[in-house]
Amino acid sequence: MPSAQQVSVRLIVDGQEHHVELDPRVSVMDAIRDRLGITTVKKGCDHGQCGACTVLVDGRRIISCLTLAASYDGAQVTTAAGLGSTDQLSDIQAAFVDRDALQCGYCTPGQICSAAGMFAEAEAGMPSHVTADVSDLQKVRLTPEEISERMSGNLCRCGAYAHIREALTDVAQERGQA
Amino acid sequence: MKDFEYVRATTVSDALAQHERETTAYLAGGTNLVDHLRLGIRRPDRIVDISRLDLGGIEETPDGGLRVGANVRNADLAMSPLVRQRFPFVSQALLAGASGQIRAMASTGGNLLQRTRCVYFQDRSTPCNKREPGSGCSAIDGFGKYNALIGQSDQCVAVHPSDLCLPFAALDAVVHVTGRSGDRAIPFAEFHRLPGDDPSRDTNLEPGELIVAIEIPPLPWATRSRYRKVRDRASYAFALVSVAAALDIADGHVQDLRLALGGVSHKPYRAYLAEEQLRGRPATAEVFEVAIDAELAAAHPGGENAYKLPMLRRTVVAVLQELAEGAVR
Repeated sequence: MPSAQQVSVRLIVDGQEHHVELDPRVSVMDAIRDRLGITTVKKGCDHGQCGACTVLVDGRRIISCLTLAASYDGAQVTTAAGLGSTDQLSDIQAAFVDRDALQCGYCTPGQICSAAGMFAEAEAGMPSHVTADVSDLQKVRLTPEEISERMSGNLCRCGAYAHIREALTDVAQERGQA
Repeated sequence: MKDFEYVRATTVSDALAQHERETTAYLAGGTNLVDHLRLGIRRPDRIVDISRLDLGGIEETPDGGLRVGANVRNADLAMSPLVRQRFPFVSQALLAGASGQIRAMASTGGNLLQRTRCVYFQDRSTPCNKREPGSGCSAIDGFGKYNALIGQSDQCVAVHPSDLCLPFAALDAVVHVTGRSGDRAIPFAEFHRLPGDDPSRDTNLEPGELIVAIEIPPLPWATRSRYRKVRDRASYAFALVSVAAALDIADGHVQDLRLALGGVSHKPYRAYLAEEQLRGRPATAEVFEVAIDAELAAAHPGGENAYKLPMLRRTVVAVLQELAEGAVR
């Protein structure tokens, strides 16, 4: 049943501004995919447990299904399509191709966005659960173990994690973060 | 998802005014609430969005403690140099919880209010006294692996799911709240409730009361602290058991310590008895074992969760040993 209330929401998705009137129950995930027709973002579990719907909001990775779009009015959303194009892949996307790190395609956009968020977090000095000493403020090195832990919010049954870790290790080395 | 009215609060007093009935819910990070809306576990008729209120900031207090705004995100709290160097186990607990994405969304205040992950609470097709008072408890005679060991009642055997709340309990944090009848400060030990005969109430917050900040009092020796979590898989899972400990040691003897246990009770469980027994005693594995055994004498395992007792005992002893050895090195 539609809501009596409609909320005006402005979303800037991959650099393009959109204005929509939405039922307040609509998530950022559903607003982007169903209302704006931008299908880069994939809906997985719809309960925040799989990471398939990961996007970047104001540069930080979030789970777009566990949101109310109304609460994200004005947000700058970046999907995997906003990180690169088929003509000009980002280094993360190129590494996924090089290492055959692609899953069925459904989880991949979320993995790509999550990886972009992960590199930004590491650059900012964020420790992780496997960081030996959180009180050491030295810049973190993205070892394969660190990458696995930091990417653990993206779950899938394809079993392609090993290649994803290799791809992201390549990127970490190229960026000097390994 | 049931229909609701969405309003965005502009100030704290506006938020309180908008929260005019019990069927209103505050929305901050939303990582727990939005899932519950979708599952139909929570059915508010109004949502007051407090996520843009000026409740951020991690500030040093004049005495050497920290004041953390309720809207500070878990990722920002975990990354704070002040937290990492003064209270490392706070950072460790945050980093052991959820995923990178969820930590970027979840708020400090919301973490205190997250609800149990008991499978029956989350499954509307089964009775649950926490979800629907008086309907019964499916967990007592059901799938019992995750059930509480201490302080449970014949109404509810669910455990509190938070990691962050354990170091907060160990540090005697203070929860600053505001409501229509004014501001008050709630000691952390009095914030969460045991289930008793009303498990539907997780905390002692009054209806409409809003968390504005959490204050961590100074504890200079908390630089030697650790959080360890035991779970079914290496990452992104709730605790089977977990331990938050800070140790003050001199000449091989425990001067003081703080110890909180997770996966054990309906609230973050502070092991006061073990703390008392260990003060002034030699910091050895044997002494640690005796103290945790005394603490866990209060446990009433229900069968399927009995494995948690030796798991907790070993985890506590291992964490305290590591902290003691770290002091010697």
